[in-house]
Amino acid sequence: MSSVRVLVGTHKGAFVLRSDAKRDRWEIDGPYFAGWEIYHLKGSPADPDRLYASQSTGWFGQVIQRSNDGGRTWEPVDNKFAYAGVPGTHTWYDGTPHPWEFKRVWHLEPSRSDPDTVYAGAEDAALFRTTDGGRSWHELAGLREHGTGPRWQPGAGGLCLHTIILDPSDPDRIFIAISAAGAFRTNDGGKSWTPINKGLVSDFMPDPTAEIGHCVHHVAMHPSRPGVLFMQKHWDVMRSDDAGDSWHEISGNLPSDFGFVIDIHAHDPETIYVVPIKSDSEHVPPDGKLRVYRSRTGGNEWEPLTKGLPQENCYVNVLRDAMSVDSLDACGVYFGTTGGQVYASADAGDSWKPIVHDLPAVLSVEVQTLP
Amino acid sequence: MIRVVLPAHLRTLARVSGEVALDVEGTVTQGSVLNALEARCPMLRGTIRDHVTGARRPFVRFFACEQDLSLDSPDAPLPDAVAAGVEPFLVVGAIAGG
Repeated sequence: MSSVRVLVGTHKGAFVLRSDAKRDRWEIDGPYFAGWEIYHLKGSPADPDRLYASQSTGWFGQVIQRSNDGGRTWEPVDNKFAYAGVPGTHTWYDGTPHPWEFKRVWHLEPSRSDPDTVYAGAEDAALFRTTDGGRSWHELAGLREHGTGPRWQPGAGGLCLHTIILDPSDPDRIFIAISAAGAFRTNDGGKSWTPINKGLVSDFMPDPTAEIGHCVHHVAMHPSRPGVLFMQKHWDVMRSDDAGDSWHEISGNLPSDFGFVIDIHAHDPETIYVVPIKSDSEHVPPDGKLRVYRSRTGGNEWEPLTKGLPQENCYVNVLRDAMSVDSLDACGVYFGTTGGQVYASADAGDSWKPIVHDLPAVLSVEVQTLP
Repeated sequence: MIRVVLPAHLRTLARVSGEVALDVEGTVTQGSVLNALEARCPMLRGTIRDHVTGARRPFVRFFACEQDLSLDSPDAPLPDAVAAGVEPFLVVGAIAGG
């Protein structure tokens, strides 16, 4: 019988939640790495028991942990993320040049085919890769050395590379996103990169349609349609039908088009989910109501999903890597909040319940569907 | 035998309990003690001093014999009592943060 494993990164440790395919009773293990920030943990599609976790604190820096048994035991692997060559400068908040300084890994993306190959998105923005299961990390410097790199500026959360999407149809094509530089694509395995921000409009910028500088919050792709991308931007929900060459807005009737997460139904690539947040100055749900919005039409037409979610006095946030889906039938949808709840829907969003509700602030949620 | 006391998070990471006892060849300095510590516990590399620059991380301090040695040269000899194993070398995480 199939089962589901939910990997939760929080402000104070990692948790592993397990259930059978009914998804109504959950076993909760953790905290692992208690007291450390776990920005992200994710399993290998090629070997689901191989997990990687990004563990960090301001005191002791970055640690990467690896599990070979589905998260029951862990071992630290290499944590040296050294920029290639002389790293130079990016642009600081005040417009002055600022040296590139490694701070932490925001996102780990295991290869679809090799459990020893993992990509790591770092702050300050850079893409690293291991091909030996985490024993060593090497920068794919073509991204940071892209011609626009010196002009990249951090968002409020830092100059973070937070989204990595590996194209299932082309191992040389990778999409990444950086706050607040924008989205980028490589077609040659990371040697060279192209900004893919045409169609994005960011009114806070001197040139709202500039090639770079957009605060992309998250990007999602359905594996069956690698040319179609969905983006939650700082403001605006966007869609691309040409692998990022151009974008158009699909915010439609959302109560707010600000937010962080965006994800796609496992079996219907036109069904997408977002969690609207009131504004960039108030990171809380509109009207104190926690609502997931679902579009079954690939955007523009959205319906609120509220059954089981708090509809008064709710002032939590849902951070960019804190939503995921399983591939059971019906598709399960999961998201975590800064209030420490992880909500799950076993019916594609029609109804929700918290599967755990008093964790530290949730930073990331990943779901594995196990045979 | 050099005695090193680690903060709780690093003891957990290194899977040690209590003090770490190290043999250090030659002059006993911050640098030689940390080199020996990282050789014994490779997972501590980068957590006390920066991987690339070798500099002490900002929220980590070094104490011994009731002295703050954090700003001393990594190559300066540690107090005789540390070199003799009478007093421990303390790696301390700043009391800060949430």
